[in-house]
Amino acid sequence: MTETPTSTPPLLTLSHASKAFGPVQALSDVSIELFPGEAHALLGENGAGKSTFVKILAGVHRRDSGALQVGGQDANFHSPGEATAAGIAIIYQEPTLFPDLSVAENVLMGRQPLAGLGRIDRATMRQQVAKILSELGVNLDPARRVRGLSIADQQLVEIAKALSLNANILIMDEPTAALTLSETERLFKVVRSLRARGAAVLFITHRLEEVFAECQRVTIMRDGMWVSSGPIAEYDTDKVVRQMVGRDLGELYPHGEAQLGEVALSVRGLTQPGVFRNISFEVRRGEIVGLAGLVGAGRSEVARAIFGIDPREAGEVKVNGHVLTPLSPQTTMAAGLGLVPEDRRQQGLVMDMSIERNANLAILNRLRKGWLMDRAAEADNARQWTEKLRLKAHSLSDPASSLSGGNQQKVVLAKWLATNPSVLIVDEPTRGIDVGAKAEVHRTLSELAASGLAVLMISSDLPEVLGMAGRILVMREGELVGEVSRAQASEEAVMYLATGQHKRQEGAA
Amino acid sequence: MTGRAAPTLAPSQNWFARLLRVREVSLVALLLIVTLGTAAINPLFLSFGSLKDLFLNVAIIALVVVGETIILLMKHVDLSVSSVVGLSAFLSGSLFVAFPGLPLPLAFVFGLLLGAVLGSVNGLLVAYGKVPALVATLGTLYVFRGVTYAVVHGGQINASNLPPAFLGFATGSVLGIPNLVLLVLVVMLGFGIYLGNYRGGREYYALGSNAEAAVLAGINVKRRTMIGFALSGAIAGLAGVLYLARFGTVDATAGTGLELQVIAAAVVGGVSINGGVGTLFGAGVGALLLGVMGSALVTLRAPGFYQQAIQGALLLAAISFDMLASRSAARRAAKGRQS
Repeated sequence: MTETPTSTPPLLTLSHASKAFGPVQALSDVSIELFPGEAHALLGENGAGKSTFVKILAGVHRRDSGALQVGGQDANFHSPGEATAAGIAIIYQEPTLFPDLSVAENVLMGRQPLAGLGRIDRATMRQQVAKILSELGVNLDPARRVRGLSIADQQLVEIAKALSLNANILIMDEPTAALTLSETERLFKVVRSLRARGAAVLFITHRLEEVFAECQRVTIMRDGMWVSSGPIAEYDTDKVVRQMVGRDLGELYPHGEAQLGEVALSVRGLTQPGVFRNISFEVRRGEIVGLAGLVGAGRSEVARAIFGIDPREAGEVKVNGHVLTPLSPQTTMAAGLGLVPEDRRQQGLVMDMSIERNANLAILNRLRKGWLMDRAAEADNARQWTEKLRLKAHSLSDPASSLSGGNQQKVVLAKWLATNPSVLIVDEPTRGIDVGAKAEVHRTLSELAASGLAVLMISSDLPEVLGMAGRILVMREGELVGEVSRAQASEEAVMYLATGQHKRQEGAA
Repeated sequence: MTGRAAPTLAPSQNWFARLLRVREVSLVALLLIVTLGTAAINPLFLSFGSLKDLFLNVAIIALVVVGETIILLMKHVDLSVSSVVGLSAFLSGSLFVAFPGLPLPLAFVFGLLLGAVLGSVNGLLVAYGKVPALVATLGTLYVFRGVTYAVVHGGQINASNLPPAFLGFATGSVLGIPNLVLLVLVVMLGFGIYLGNYRGGREYYALGSNAEAAVLAGINVKRRTMIGFALSGAIAGLAGVLYLARFGTVDATAGTGLELQVIAAAVVGGVSINGGVGTLFGAGVGALLLGVMGSALVTLRAPGFYQQAIQGALLLAAISFDMLASRSAARRAAKGRQS
């Protein structure tokens, strides 16, 4: 707002905070100041440590070192309740509410106004919540059940809850990611009214245009470290993107020069209303194509629709010239397409089952002898593929859960490679894997491509996409907004496309 | 349905709440249809004696349903209630055998305390031991029953061992309403008000609706779960004493199979197996409906096995209804968001 930040004391000061999870340093030496009446943007790539940062302020994690002051007093949160009591409210992207209870009860749970004999005074409860909602300029019936409310409305219920707790520091974690344009506009109207009452709002967002339109100050993080802070006037898109990204690509990305063959996967006009629109691209044999974009841009959804797990309303998918039937993973697999899913623990592996059984899961039919499983063929197949991928395991009869993240990913790869696919879609292949294992997975992927496999790699890890892919497709909000070749590819170029800033890539879409 | 209230409400608003209201309205309507239909064929069905029998039969199940509803609201289940009823019935009987002069209220207190202790075992397992309620209470269902067999040792309690005043409580009545039914009504009413209108009561709904949000709202989930199971046990313990008073003769098998009738009654009455949804009024009507169905079939001289089949069919109908309702609610919500 108009007053200079230095003239009023900050509501919250976090200085030189660090946090490690085991050997992983998630946050080191991060500082931030939040002043009354300001909207402050916290920016950084996926994995820059923003979530850890928020969880420290929320009292979910405890910082290892550093000092936190709230309202001029030293604060040490041991639980989310203590952070709430200090006036800090977190509004997560997916609100945590009671779907079966009314809006009013969600706002005032545990603090319902009482009438005689300790009974809840429902009329007063509704009035109180109606008052908060109308102050926010929101038209919601306090007596309505929360189930069925849109995400945007649920966020407003969370904001109402924060206000009823007299929170003056609101932290919003990607609040606009799931909102429509008009819902976003309404949210910012609410944010402006919060600022007018002297609250500080910390925004975590990927949409830079929102940052420049709504925020007064900005803090940028990268790789768990503080990069810079300052008034928004001192920044422009170039500077922000450069600071968010700027790092060297190491030798993490072996890249075998592969011979490009014929088109293995061809996608034409794939559309599912509200999820993605008119997606068209091709992947050739021997090629690794990156699919980049921000979380929520619709990349995984496209992959799932291609594979046939999720529905698609229009469009055609061809594998080696054969048109795939929608919603039929079996025929998709038979046509030679494999999908290594995003969440290997939930979707990729049966964690309690042995490595061998996991590796054979996709081809059980081929390993039969009459009505029974052929144990020898099972052992053979599992050994063949785990050796090829240089899996490190004590014994193939150990449960998959005993492996490290990188080796688990190799088992998932082995499972799909056993089906002799010609196209492999890998979704976030190295998420949650340490650097050494990452390089192993990368080497495996580039060897596979060199041997003639077509690979579509979805990844939020920009350096990974740049290092691995020959071409990079960029998605934003359900649309394919551009393609960057390896030669022109830079993190800046991809980020510009992914965030919708076109200053340097005129007409790239 | 007769009670289509407030048609002026906007269709999307309170749609789900209205549907739930319809659910209870339709249950009451079904209850009336079965009752009047049976009475039309056999007018004796509505005679005072027959109705009194009906209510007495339903009373003990309806009482246990109160505790079970609290558990179901938390998205848990308590299978052990029938064994708690059995153990409490037999031990309170033994107490009368040992101390024939025992004042009646003490017997009730004994049942309540015994049940609370047994329920707390479930509570400890579920809340602190993190054992899924289905497994924990299946275990204690057998353990408590086993303890009963060990204590009973082949014997049984007979009405002749019990003080006449105690047996008189079960047969006695106020203004024609049996004491037993009155007591159960009072408990139901008390807990109905508690669950609907007290902070503690609402916490059971909150917990079952979204346990993670409950933690964030500052609810002590472990303590609440613990108290819920202790309450369910205590209520089942009280039901055991009433069981003894009503039947007089009790052996080691007393109450066997009750747990499934109780869960069926609650679910038919609209208490969601997925937690967070349902009222004691609905659960009570559910118990009554199952009881009325049972008596009606006896009155109509239908073979006994139909009774179980019809109970099962009602249960399936109730669950299908819930699924369809929540699915169409979700579809409407999605539609509302697009426009």
